[in-house]
Amino acid sequence: MRPAGTRKATVRVAAATILASLLGLAGLAGLLGLAAVAAAAPRTGRVTITLYNGQHPETTDALVAAFEKKTGIRVLVRNGDEDQLGDQIVEEGGSSPADVFYSENSPVLEDLQSHGLLAEVWTSTLAEVPRRYDSPDGDWVGVSARVSGFVYNTRLLSRSQLPRSVLDLASPRYAGKLGLAPTETDFQPVVMAVERAVGHARALRWLEALDRNAGSHVYPDNETLTAAVNSGQVAIGVIDNYYWYRLRYDLGASHMRSAFAYFAPRDAGYVVDVSGAAVLRSSRHRRAAEELLGFLVSRRGEEILAHSQSYEYPLGSGVKTAQPIRPFDELRPDPLTIAELGDGHAALALLQEAQLL
Amino acid sequence: MSARLRRSARRPWLVGASLAVVALVLLPLAFLFLQSANSGWSHVWRLLWRHLTLTLLWNTVQLAVVVTVASAVVGTGAAWATERTRLPARRALAALVVLPVAIPDFVVASGWVSLFPSLHGLPGASIVLTLGLYPLVYLPVAASLRSSDAAQEEVARSLGLGPWRTFFRVTLHQVRVALLGGCLLVALYLLAEFGAFSILRFQTFTTEIYAEILVGFDPAAGAALSLVLVVLGIAVLAGEWAAGSGSQGSRAGLASTRPRSTARSRLGRAKLPLLAAVGILVALGVGVPVGAIVYWLVAEQRTTLPGAASLASAAWHTFSYSAVAAALASVIALPVAILSVRRRSRLALALERAGMLVQAIPGLVVAFALVYFSVRYARFAYQSAALLVVGYSVMFFPLALVAVRASLARVPPRLEEIGRSLGLRPTLVLVRVTVPLVLPGLLAGFFLVFLTATTELAATLLLVPNGVQTLATQFWADSAELAYGAAAPFAAVMLAVAVVPTYLLSRWFDRLPSRRARPA
Repeated sequence: MRPAGTRKATVRVAAATILASLLGLAGLAGLLGLAAVAAAAPRTGRVTITLYNGQHPETTDALVAAFEKKTGIRVLVRNGDEDQLGDQIVEEGGSSPADVFYSENSPVLEDLQSHGLLAEVWTSTLAEVPRRYDSPDGDWVGVSARVSGFVYNTRLLSRSQLPRSVLDLASPRYAGKLGLAPTETDFQPVVMAVERAVGHARALRWLEALDRNAGSHVYPDNETLTAAVNSGQVAIGVIDNYYWYRLRYDLGASHMRSAFAYFAPRDAGYVVDVSGAAVLRSSRHRRAAEELLGFLVSRRGEEILAHSQSYEYPLGSGVKTAQPIRPFDELRPDPLTIAELGDGHAALALLQEAQLL
Repeated sequence: MSARLRRSARRPWLVGASLAVVALVLLPLAFLFLQSANSGWSHVWRLLWRHLTLTLLWNTVQLAVVVTVASAVVGTGAAWATERTRLPARRALAALVVLPVAIPDFVVASGWVSLFPSLHGLPGASIVLTLGLYPLVYLPVAASLRSSDAAQEEVARSLGLGPWRTFFRVTLHQVRVALLGGCLLVALYLLAEFGAFSILRFQTFTTEIYAEILVGFDPAAGAALSLVLVVLGIAVLAGEWAAGSGSQGSRAGLASTRPRSTARSRLGRAKLPLLAAVGILVALGVGVPVGAIVYWLVAEQRTTLPGAASLASAAWHTFSYSAVAAALASVIALPVAILSVRRRSRLALALERAGMLVQAIPGLVVAFALVYFSVRYARFAYQSAALLVVGYSVMFFPLALVAVRASLARVPPRLEEIGRSLGLRPTLVLVRVTVPLVLPGLLAGFFLVFLTATTELAATLLLVPNGVQTLATQFWADSAELAYGAAAPFAAVMLAVAVVPTYLLSRWFDRLPSRRARPA
């Protein structure tokens, strides 16, 4: 039995806790409410939509500015890593503030689609882009594409030392020369293509050999890997072509100590990655959101991409890139489809099994 | 049990407020448990049960030990030099020495890597992280030295103790609470650090968590894995406890209320070497990243610099969010600090320890916890400025707590007792006695939270209002494209935002003793 004094004390502490929490909550709610009211206050009569942008911000800003000018619709942009934004949309569920999501790669879009969070894209929009670069279910549209290959330091490797296939990189002759970016989303399609080509067991052994060859040369992303090859920290790395062209644009051609090259035609290291956009099912401005998607793949939108320093291949309205990179129709990539790539989980599991992630 | 409860019932408000604050701060921890329940445990076990996990945990522990010890040495040494010696230009140096905490770790790491491209792994990570984190030791220790009496050291010296032994037996004893608190912050911070490691190619357990969330689209698994970090965090807290902060508290009686001695060591022949040491510290900690920023500004080919308007807007948002969050964090740290220093009941200490744990949870996971709760229970506030501010103060609460606690531990409880015996109500004692006495700690806490918040990225990316950019998000957006020339101005403004309060604070610190010496 507890003495009466203790019980009284317990009650007082409990009462004080509840009161303090309530006071705190009231204060907090007041503060938050005020902020919400301020945020919700309509600034103009224009429709405003929110774009979660996982693509490179510079290009997106140019596209958004042109869209706002053309339609009068205002676009609020939230920049972030595409995967982080994808996770965030899943967490937000049915009440996401986002109307449109624009990603750098297809797996994150496929993941959102498997959660049932994407709305159907207008057929007129889908029609602007070759079918194989759109969502198999019509829930997102392909906007642009890149292709994978490798970057090598021209002082550290001669032409005769270059690999023909991505499988060659497992050879001991690349020990200490190879750099890897296993967490880079652009690497997953290559892993998928290798697994499709040689099966699970050999793909695993290949990844383990890459890990050995790379040693401590593990980089967080393709931008850093490309810069590391260019500066001579490491001799060779698998990247998407546009990283090399962007680095050259940033540094100037005279500072380039590296070159970009393709693997042999239809090699597993020669894969097309698709960047796409989708309208959220929860969007309250679906019409305006669909208009933005339509604009992205329209002639006008794709022309902006074609002339930008993003060095991606436009996919819509038959627009061709104006940049001096190998023309899209001359590419001979591995025939890996978007459906085969899926949400990338198979590649992820393989990378984890190889202890690269 | 009953005695303790009755004791805490004497100040129900204090206990109640502390419970409410800690409950708020522990929300991310609750998220970990909720998410772990949702995540497939078989998947999480498969991830944990790998050779890689062992390697990563070993990396994490090694780094935590090396950097914590190094930061303790560097931070305490620098604090002693600026607070207890007649170091030339010490006012300027005191301001500069704190600056590294306001430089984002990814800027520091990029700066070092562009200088020394081969820097990586444990040595690289140790150097870069120590240079970024020692201010977490320096600030509480300096504040503690500032509010403790140098006369004790003079007495020790007059009794024939040499300078080294005086330092180890008197000075170190005076600042023990602050020093251990600072070490605790550094160790917990390291568990959750990510940005610098990815640049320095050093993988820790947090790297794995980020990969699981970002590449694996699986925040639930990331949360489950974070529980391992929480266990490590508990081990760190237990270590600090064992190291003796458990027996903290002021035994100084009324001694430290006298106008404190402002005597500083004449350095004599040691002056130049000490000046050189502090100078090198500043050159490495501030010079390298500042040099990198200048280099990026000058050397980049592409000169599409950001417009002044976008810079000003990002600076204003960063400044206002961080300042409000810092004030909030310092205020909510006060009841928990008072409770833990003055009550010292098991409940009080448990609350204080629990409040520290959030520091060991990776920023990205805390950010997802805030998204989780606000989307479900405060949808109207989601992605509002107020929620971001609350998020910052939750994330950086431990910084404020350590600073306030260290300062409070130097204040003899008898002063408050005298206040009460003179018939002052408890709230008046708090306002008129306690708060003025812990003002240096409150300010140090405000300052630490403010500077850290200005560089926060993970939670900012998820919670900042749509369409708003802060200095950190803008720097991230540009540097992610390797457009360092465009990113550099944002890093430069981030530094400028930090320099002014750093300078003002060190000025304020400097005038403190004379102000207190005036007759009331």
